[in-house]
Amino acid sequence: MGQIIQYIESYLGSDKTPGAAGNMFWALVYIMLVFVGLSVAVIAMNWLERKILAHMQVRLGPMRVGPHGLLQPIADAIKLLLKEDIIPTEADGFIFWTAPFIVVLAAFTVFVVVPFGPTHAITDMNIGILFMLGVSSLSVLGIVMAGWASNSHYPLIGALRSSAQMVSYEVAMGLAVVSAILMTSLNAEGTGTLSMIGIVQAQLAQGEWFIFKFFPLGLIAFFIFAVAMVAETNRAPFDLAEAESELTAGFHTEYSGFRWSLFFLAEYSAMIAVSSIAVTLWLGGWLRPFPNLLSGATWDQGFSFFPGATFLFFAAMCFFNAARMPKHPLFRIQTIGLAGFGAALGLIGLALFIPAVSVRIQDIFWFAAKVACFMYLYIWYRGTFPRYRFDQLMRMGWKVLLPMGLGVLVLTASVALLQQKIWHP
Amino acid sequence: MTDANSSLSHLDLETPEKPFLDANELVINMGPQHPATHGVLRVILRLDGEKVLGLECVIGYLHRGVEKIGEHRTYTMFNPYVDRMDYVAAVSNGLGYCETVEKLLNVEAPPRAQHVRVVLTELNRIASHQLWLGTHALDIGAITPLFYTFRDREEILKIYEKYCGARLTTHAFRIGGLQYETYAGFEKDVKNFLNFFRPKIDEYEELLTTNRIWLERTKNIGRISAPDCIALGVTGPVLRASGVKWDLRKAQPYANYKNFDFDIPTGQNGDTYDRYLVRMAEMRQSVRIIEQAIDALPEGPIIAKVPKVMKPAAGEVYHSIEAPKGELGYFIVSDGSTQPYRVRVRPPSFVNLQALEVMCRGQLVADVIAVIGTLDIVLGEVDR
Repeated sequence: MGQIIQYIESYLGSDKTPGAAGNMFWALVYIMLVFVGLSVAVIAMNWLERKILAHMQVRLGPMRVGPHGLLQPIADAIKLLLKEDIIPTEADGFIFWTAPFIVVLAAFTVFVVVPFGPTHAITDMNIGILFMLGVSSLSVLGIVMAGWASNSHYPLIGALRSSAQMVSYEVAMGLAVVSAILMTSLNAEGTGTLSMIGIVQAQLAQGEWFIFKFFPLGLIAFFIFAVAMVAETNRAPFDLAEAESELTAGFHTEYSGFRWSLFFLAEYSAMIAVSSIAVTLWLGGWLRPFPNLLSGATWDQGFSFFPGATFLFFAAMCFFNAARMPKHPLFRIQTIGLAGFGAALGLIGLALFIPAVSVRIQDIFWFAAKVACFMYLYIWYRGTFPRYRFDQLMRMGWKVLLPMGLGVLVLTASVALLQQKIWHP
Repeated sequence: MTDANSSLSHLDLETPEKPFLDANELVINMGPQHPATHGVLRVILRLDGEKVLGLECVIGYLHRGVEKIGEHRTYTMFNPYVDRMDYVAAVSNGLGYCETVEKLLNVEAPPRAQHVRVVLTELNRIASHQLWLGTHALDIGAITPLFYTFRDREEILKIYEKYCGARLTTHAFRIGGLQYETYAGFEKDVKNFLNFFRPKIDEYEELLTTNRIWLERTKNIGRISAPDCIALGVTGPVLRASGVKWDLRKAQPYANYKNFDFDIPTGQNGDTYDRYLVRMAEMRQSVRIIEQAIDALPEGPIIAKVPKVMKPAAGEVYHSIEAPKGELGYFIVSDGSTQPYRVRVRPPSFVNLQALEVMCRGQLVADVIAVIGTLDIVLGEVDR
């Protein structure tokens, strides 16, 4: 027993991720935390997408289930779980059954290496980014299987589109990633790294986020990635695989209930996953903004208030809206619920002001905040753009993004070489 | 579109194709339950990958026999039925029918009725184009314009509701004029709407007109030449976008359109983008017409002297108006009794739909959706 406790305690105070430290117990704890956090994020994203999109489109969005529709995602989840799980007679049952699991597995597995902080990752692989790209592209397998096994025309076309799209955009995406990785080799030691944590630490060491590095090369690479990642996750304006008006629902037309919700879960966690790649590679991962301009202990102190302040802001919004609720007995429960939710958020916010907590949490906070910006962008795109046509999408992938990616790669390499050999030999 | 086999014969659905490697042509049934076919249109697509090799429209899922019903109703009783054909432009349908019967009876609606008719019909043109814009953009993937257009269309429907109590199937006009005098504040409401609506057109255009994706999705898509349009009998904005300046409001003035000053917007290329521009410009022209009509609203009676029991002399008459979707014609044969011997409707949507195959052949699946949207069909009118 004592040995076990010692084993558990031995990790505390370590400056490595549990996976890298080889501590299975903490690795499992982290896995659970990431899984739960991700599920909560997907639920929150579901609600936020509906609300934000609705407000962009001059409507209210969900308002009935819970105050301001806060319980809508839960109601939807219950509905989906209770729905009959239909497997079409003509479908290939086994593949039809497996496909959603492959997609979900691929979408969740990538989070093994996502660095929420210098030690807040399940593990630190030395091939981290390669692992992420590789595993996340496995999901295309699940989509093709789903489209094929459905044995129906629309899913088949959807799956074909989706696989072609994901495969072609992966090329441009890979090139953009390579140019960012080249930048990591400009450390004092002159060795590059593929480790997700190493990439962020390289940005810290160089005192510059890679998006600003070799301006505008870093920015262009980031732009290529930002476009490719939308295509990669099959979201608007590249949502051809599930183009509602053309293919009804694309590859998951024949899916219903729980299996459909798995696709949904996978789509959103894939969005979070590619956004985390972008944040890690170009936006300094868990680092707080303006590390150079506003440096020093005072600013560090000031920025450490952000997590708590954000939660307090959300709490204040809840209270404000609770106060605005109609004063009618029918709305009493909703008002109390909203105020309670606000109180919970406020308590979390206050807890985040405790220095011991805020030190540990702020890496995660900055990472999450940056990812949240990408999530907002995803919603914004969806509200603004019409959908590309398939051939136009392919043309853009191969004829615009790929040459751009190659150019940026070559230029970055040359500039890096010049810098190492000539300017700072 | 009569017999299943003969209608599909030119598609060679039955004859086995010689397979190229393992590839086969794919035959897809789009509709009748499909989000983008605007109701219950069924399109049988023959695809090579994504490319459309041919298509066939199957219609009739919304057939209610409106023309046959007309033979068993008196002239007055049939009036509300026409609202149910093109249900997004019910007022226009009513105008066409009332004017045709008036022609048959040799009566003319008084000037005030004519003016109010023009105001309501042009409002209806705006409402119909708004609905077209929203759904067309939705089909192409831009979901937001739909909500903007529906929000603004609501204001027109409110005016209708105040005027005649109904929002969609209005039955606003009567043979010989109007049943209802305009309500107090009608002019103000309409003027308010015009002032409210003018900047809204710019708002719609802002999201789409110069949007790169929108341009790529609509330019050179579903092209149809002017001779083809004329040969197929296509009318309305689709014809005008191909460069033919043909608008019945100018060509064969009815109601009192000849008193108003307005332009006929035309396009050059006859593609989806031009049709979009033409309809946007038409909304602006409609605003102009309404403005003039509401400013010059004359006083006077609202209904001409028409017999209680209408028994038009035996004979036949064809009269057509420029409905939002094209030429809407009514051909009525009277045998001298209280009921028409035959009512034949020439719906614009039905005729325009025939151009779908010409416009879609050789394009991609996604374009079929765009073209169905740009044709602006209403299945209630296609099937009747």
